[in-house]
Amino acid sequence: MKASAFSYARATSVGNALELLAAHGDGAKVLSGGQSLMPAINLRLLSPQLLVDIGDLAELRGIELNGGMLRIGALTRHVELLNSAEIAAHAPLLSEAIAHVAHPAIRNKGTLGGSLAHADPASELPACMLALNATIVVRGTAGERRIAARDFFTGIYETALSADELLVAVELPAAQNDSVHFFHEFARRHGDYAIVGLAAQALLRGGIFADLRIALFAVGDRPVLAEAAARLIGVAITPALLSDAAAALAEELNPQEDQQASAVMRRHLAKVVLVRGVSALLGRPELTGVLA
Amino acid sequence: MTARVPISLEVNGEPVDALVLPRTNLADFLREELQLTGTHVGCEHGVCGACTLRVNGDIVRACLMLAVQANAASVETIEGLSDSGEIADLQAAFRDRNALQCGFCTPGMLMAAQDLLRQNPTPDREQIREHLSGNYCRCTGYQAIVDAVETTAQRRAGDTQAKQAP
Repeated sequence: MKASAFSYARATSVGNALELLAAHGDGAKVLSGGQSLMPAINLRLLSPQLLVDIGDLAELRGIELNGGMLRIGALTRHVELLNSAEIAAHAPLLSEAIAHVAHPAIRNKGTLGGSLAHADPASELPACMLALNATIVVRGTAGERRIAARDFFTGIYETALSADELLVAVELPAAQNDSVHFFHEFARRHGDYAIVGLAAQALLRGGIFADLRIALFAVGDRPVLAEAAARLIGVAITPALLSDAAAALAEELNPQEDQQASAVMRRHLAKVVLVRGVSALLGRPELTGVLA
Repeated sequence: MTARVPISLEVNGEPVDALVLPRTNLADFLREELQLTGTHVGCEHGVCGACTLRVNGDIVRACLMLAVQANAASVETIEGLSDSGEIADLQAAFRDRNALQCGFCTPGMLMAAQDLLRQNPTPDREQIREHLSGNYCRCTGYQAIVDAVETTAQRRAGDTQAKQAP
């Protein structure tokens, strides 16, 4: 289908974008890479009166490392994350996850900020933000707000961002020497939305998790941090313990049923991917047998 | 406010000035205003890849980019790549291997395949499949398409070696 008519404004600065958003409220949508917004507009799921194109705002681009914190501008494109040596060194989970985001032509346009603001519960990057304990930086005419990733995603395509605010950057702690990560998603075809996916970031000391953050996606109306991960921190992991954690994870999830999978199948896949993830993080392949 | 917006861009090396409605996507602009109908419009929501073209050297979905966003950009369509001879060998390999049936997906396939070969001159079949994973062929001739891309990569690698040989 074709988009319905709308007006277009090319923002000249963040301040200018915020003025336009404040003046038009819910009638305006921010255009970043457009790889989620344009499909919705072409399908007429959205009919904004005004598109505020922030594509020229160079101040929203770039990746910086500052005192152990990585700051990534909202307009940073997926392909830039994929090819960034900084990201590979300091947030390798993101480098790995981004290869699963759609296809090359989409990754050449899609942006980190756009993906997070769109908040598709089946998409990879919101879950990575939870696993990486990221802070989402948003700006409005009243000033800047910093929102923990786990408070940012509030529902299907819903976030803590208000209509007159702009997502400007994310900040996340750089990986440490003893950091390990894991990413996996089950999808029908490479680049498709996940049926179930898992992103994990951990600190591993002497074969024991000093910290473990496990985020799942496509298992509900938003990405979720697994509470069951707490069972695996600070203890020697036995097959029985991992099996119990997998059962607890299945209990805490409330997955939706759709064309791709039933809720039962999603719970099962969540257990499978948890076991595979923990086993890979620990480098203990024998643990993958616990669900058999 | 839904008035036409002036844009200046380069299409296949030629300067273009136009007034476009904000709602017009780049694919429709090229097809309807410039009569460059090689860029095909399939799903119109970024899934099928038929509208794949190059903007500033990167492949993108022309159905997910507004013509107004192409202001100041350099756009290359299948007509440009075809006329310049850049992909003559790839096109010949598609013909030889019958890597097209109805041909609807072919311009997008060629764009995506050439993008891969520019980034990775010696891809294996898995890498070819992955790079083309965003392009649908509804005649389902994927095997032949992968063959044609693989053959082109091997021939180009052979040519490069022949040129470098003393």
